[in-house]
Amino acid sequence: ESLSEGEIAALKEQLEEKKKLIVTLRNKPWRMKKRLVLLKEAQKFVEEFEGALGKGKGKKLYAFKVMMTKKLIKFKRDFENFKTACIPWERKIKDVESHFGSSVASYFIFLRWMYGLNMVLFGFMFGLVVLPEILMGLPYGSIPRKTVPREEQDTAMDFSVLNDFEGFCKYSFLFYGYYNNDRTIGVLKFRLPLSYLLVGVGIFGYSLMVVIRTMARNSNEGGDGAEEGEFTFSWKMFTSWDYLIGNPETADNKFASITTSFKESIVDEQENQKDENIHLRRFLRVLANFLITCTLGGSGYLIYFVVKRSQDFAKMEQDKLSWLEKNEVEFVMSLLGLVCPPLFETIAELEDYHPRIALKWQLGRIFALFLGNLYTFLFALFDEVNEKLETEKSIRNATIWALNQYYANYSSYFNTTDVPPPNVSPADVIRGPCWENAVGIGFVKLVVSDIQVSYLTILVGDFLRAVIVRFLNYCWCWDLEAGFPSYGEFDISGNVLGLVFNQGMIWMGAFYAPGLVGLNILRLLSSMYYQCWAVMCCNVPHERVFKASRSNNFYMGLLLLVLFLSLLPVVYAIMTLSPSFDCGPFSGQDKIYDVVMETIEQDLPSFIANIFTYATNPGLILPAVLLMLALYYLNAVSKGYKQANMDLKKKMKMARDEEKNRRNNKDSTNQVMIDLEDLLPKKSLIPPPIEEEPTPPGVVNAKGSKSPKMKPGAAAKGVNLQKDVSLAAPNPRAPVTYAPGPRRGPAGNARGPQPGPSRGRGRAGPPR
Amino acid sequence: MTNADSSSFRLHGRYRELAPHLVPLDYTNNPDIRVPPTLIVTMPELKENPFRDRIVETFSEDGHGNLSFNDFVDMFSALCETSPRELKTIYAFKIYDFNRDNFICKEDLKKTLNKLTKGELSPEEVLLVCDKSMEEADLDGDSKLSFSDFENMVSKAPDFLRYGSTSSTTKRGGKSTWLPLHNI
Repeated sequence: ESLSEGEIAALKEQLEEKKKLIVTLRNKPWRMKKRLVLLKEAQKFVEEFEGALGKGKGKKLYAFKVMMTKKLIKFKRDFENFKTACIPWERKIKDVESHFGSSVASYFIFLRWMYGLNMVLFGFMFGLVVLPEILMGLPYGSIPRKTVPREEQDTAMDFSVLNDFEGFCKYSFLFYGYYNNDRTIGVLKFRLPLSYLLVGVGIFGYSLMVVIRTMARNSNEGGDGAEEGEFTFSWKMFTSWDYLIGNPETADNKFASITTSFKESIVDEQENQKDENIHLRRFLRVLANFLITCTLGGSGYLIYFVVKRSQDFAKMEQDKLSWLEKNEVEFVMSLLGLVCPPLFETIAELEDYHPRIALKWQLGRIFALFLGNLYTFLFALFDEVNEKLETEKSIRNATIWALNQYYANYSSYFNTTDVPPPNVSPADVIRGPCWENAVGIGFVKLVVSDIQVSYLTILVGDFLRAVIVRFLNYCWCWDLEAGFPSYGEFDISGNVLGLVFNQGMIWMGAFYAPGLVGLNILRLLSSMYYQCWAVMCCNVPHERVFKASRSNNFYMGLLLLVLFLSLLPVVYAIMTLSPSFDCGPFSGQDKIYDVVMETIEQDLPSFIANIFTYATNPGLILPAVLLMLALYYLNAVSKGYKQANMDLKKKMKMARDEEKNRRNNKDSTNQVMIDLEDLLPKKSLIPPPIEEEPTPPGVVNAKGSKSPKMKPGAAAKGVNLQKDVSLAAPNPRAPVTYAPGPRRGPAGNARGPQPGPSRGRGRAGPPR
Repeated sequence: MTNADSSSFRLHGRYRELAPHLVPLDYTNNPDIRVPPTLIVTMPELKENPFRDRIVETFSEDGHGNLSFNDFVDMFSALCETSPRELKTIYAFKIYDFNRDNFICKEDLKKTLNKLTKGELSPEEVLLVCDKSMEEADLDGDSKLSFSDFENMVSKAPDFLRYGSTSSTTKRGGKSTWLPLHNI
């Protein structure tokens, strides 16, 4: 049939409308029957008239497009779910969070983050340094540095020797000394020394970038942990239950987490309501800080004193020293580590801070304490290095002298100048002391002993204690569970600091012991499972469960500090100490960074060398690096501010719109609410009332004067108040001429055999 | 069969398996059959929900929890992820209104809280939480929450749309039987 232009346009418009209806049908708040009817109607219409408009193909294309869009949405959703499912240990951490609160869970989240960081570092180290040396470098036993010396070969495989990382361990790819100093190795001409140096520096660079980026991202969320909402408790009450939970275990966790969350908010609220006697508080806080500073000073001096004594002991005969005198340093440091943290906690009771803030102070103080340990260790290490350097000089001279002797003898004996290199087995060559190996071994031993101590502490301090309390309780005079010693609480500050310092050790030691990063990966992995188990099995939640601060920036800040502290020794070693003459990838050079200079001169075009000599002025590099870091951080933070700006603008706009609507006295502010009129239940669910309460305030009455309890703004609405407030009452459209009578209750239409959709309650419209 | 038909067919299957002796296979004559609440709350989607009794009561016509098939479909449709916020708000208000007087009073709050925490909080804590909630949300000062108070409070909540769920909980814990309605 031929249609006029106007009719075609009108038809097209209707068609579009129907199509739109089909797509948005499921979002409409209508009852099922209505939806089905409308859907059939719309589909029939579209089918009929799309054909008439000659868009037969268009319909298929349209249907295809709709299907693809739906598939895309579903795919996106599945992908999001998959990504969430891929996050490791998410369920474990959620379990811990629901039972112990968000502050304990924040430790495990930090642990997981560290694991991710270490994986990347491991990838660098392993892929660019260890693998090339193993695959393309000379095998074990071919050159002196890769062979166990003759005198050690008998004991090289003993467990006690391996435990100290001597013997075969020392002459393997785990330590610095194994790597050869050939400029290029293998078919691919891989520049191993250059790669070693760059990876060593790159590890610090990458860690720095990641820490700063995480800090910037965290600072966007801002806040110190306190939830700034207008409706904290109301939201927790009405919107926290997840209606999609069907699994009993998940439900249990959800109940626990809701309870914990309420307790956290209650703690926050009680802190706000506390009475303030400012002067007393300030005095107590100053006193507490004074006491703690004294303690820290005392422990610092004690460590210094003990180290000085150990230096004297080292000069004496080793056999004459008792065990205590030999291990005095470690003993004192362990003692301090055990005694001081509880002491700090007790003194901190004077300060009476919010638990979240008290945790931060505790972390800071124990950090200061552990710095003492750190500087002692470095001090001792540095002494050892200097000693080895001295020995090396003499051995090196001896080796050169021996070689010269050999040449002289050979040429005088055979009367030639073409002297072949001496035919000595690699195991018999005189070896230098290789101080880098000593440093690497020192770090590895420290990390291993740290791991052992921490695992043992958990086993004894938590597990054994829990077992004893549980089973001895049956035959003990007082209640072990309620009184002393009871079950342990998870020590957040101790564990976080342990993790941070452990990472510091890794950063310092990775340059001299490439295998250390791999060791750390194993440690973090096992730690995650072990500690999760220990927490769920042996610990009880803190008495005052508090919400962790939303930005983990405090932990990140500590990590950043430790990163800088561990950067210094390594940079110092690279810049000033000379490498050993016979071990490691830099042997034979004057300074370690000579490798870079060499590469530039030989491999790169000459003008770059010129640029480089100008640019390597330290006065230029340092400010440039700091500036770049500052720029990076500020850029990341600015993104957060932009987002916050947008949110605020949106909020303001919403508030303005609300005001406008309220003021303009609109009858229907919301299309959806009009749709919802249909849905309001047809009969009230209220049992016959005991009294004549005006249950639907303002519904029955026109001007709202009978409803003094309504919101001021809403009361100004006109007759159509049914949209606003009450849901259960009948909805008379007729003008009201009498006061509300007693309700007829649910008897009305319900009992009859009419399961159809809502019949109008007093409405004129026919039921659909 | 269109999508809508097939999904309501699946829902009908679910409805029927609750009470096979009650529900007929053939619904073309719109028979008036209602399934009692005791059977409905055994459904896996509702079993773990602390408010399951209230949910079923709210969607029933007689207020005692007996659901006809249309009520059944309406219930699932309203609880579906894609149903509009206003709809959920209305039904949420009805669910939390335990004494069905169209206001959420202190008693209702206490009952809600106890169901949520399974009685783990001490009475003082319960009192504190209820007082604070009432203080926050009650705008007209009558110490009970009317629908407008409730709606105002909930509309500002960040995650009300999915009742606070995250996709991980859905995937791991929930049964995704809401899917039939996604295809409508």
